Amino acid sequence: MKLRRTMLFMPGNNPGMIQNAPILGADSIILDLEDAVSLDEKDAARLLVKNALETLDFTGCEVVVRINSIKSDFGYDDLNVIARVKPDAILVPKATEEDIEEIDEILSTIEREEKFKLGSIKLIPLVETALGLENIRETILASKRNIAVLLGAEDLTADMGIKRTREGNEIFYARSKVASVCRAFKIDAIDTPFADVNDIEGLIEDTKRAKAIGMTGKAAINPRQIDYIHDVFSPTMEEIMYAKRVLHAKEEALREGKGVFSLDGKMVDAPVIQRAENIIMKAKLAGIIRE
Amino acid sequence: MKIVNPAKAGSLESNDIFIMVFPNEKGIEIELESIVIKQFGKKIRKVIEDTLKELEVENVKVIAKDRGALDYTIKARVETAIRRAM
Repeated sequence: MKLRRTMLFMPGNNPGMIQNAPILGADSIILDLEDAVSLDEKDAARLLVKNALETLDFTGCEVVVRINSIKSDFGYDDLNVIARVKPDAILVPKATEEDIEEIDEILSTIEREEKFKLGSIKLIPLVETALGLENIRETILASKRNIAVLLGAEDLTADMGIKRTREGNEIFYARSKVASVCRAFKIDAIDTPFADVNDIEGLIEDTKRAKAIGMTGKAAINPRQIDYIHDVFSPTMEEIMYAKRVLHAKEEALREGKGVFSLDGKMVDAPVIQRAENIIMKAKLAGIIRE
Repeated sequence: MKIVNPAKAGSLESNDIFIMVFPNEKGIEIELESIVIKQFGKKIRKVIEDTLKELEVENVKVIAKDRGALDYTIKARVETAIRRAM
């Protein structure tokens, strides 16, 4: 299990930002070759990101590269250059089932040529059109490399001709759909970034809304957003303490040969135990508890 | 690899390097300006030379204005400029 509470976007043609990326504390960083790079700098960004991946130490931080659409003039070159320096994952913009199938095949060829383990470069489809949202199940099933889906609400609302608001009611359905399908296939559901970097209160509320629906992490567009998002997605001390008591009570019940037991007057069954185990695992991964 | 046009890559922002390349019949010439030339001038020059060697470019004049770029950036910017000059 890998924590993906935050995925921080970094422009792919900015050396200063790329070299600082590993120390900003995000669980994942996304080096962006698409929207953050102008058309006449696509070649420069591609080579900069390639050299960064070959040289810099990104230990402890998942490195994802957002390539240009495989249907564009740049997508194939992006994939061919970047996959050879083995990023952890490729973020696929406006992903369709066909795109994911095609990219999966290209990656397999590159992995064979470079003698990488087959299937080691993962994929994260970006859902940012109405069609992409409705076909999300097929897109996920198109490759075993898929480890998460990222919801891109700005493009999605533009595609639907609706207004993006601070409260985000307009993306309730999209979030619910992404969260539900991702859970069904046991992959991460990453929420859209919160665009106003100065509105911290808005960011926290937005992150809580996403978490309540079932999203497992959130994209960030500024390092200042990381800690606030982590706070929302990390288990609280209260949750950890309760989870520990549940697991302790479970051990005691096992020793006493009881199948079902109660804690604080409430029956504890398999889903409660499962939730407690998940909380403890997340707390360990987040470095909140050690043992 | 033979370059036929002048080309440029990179920027004058901090941590970056601005590279201009020109066809040059006299072989490899490097003109370097850097905010850290006293400490790292030789090193930067070597990274530029090694990158040109790797790309098998022999006749080029390089004008480099460095703003504290790390090796990976110098290498990427030289390669971009050379590919744009082909």
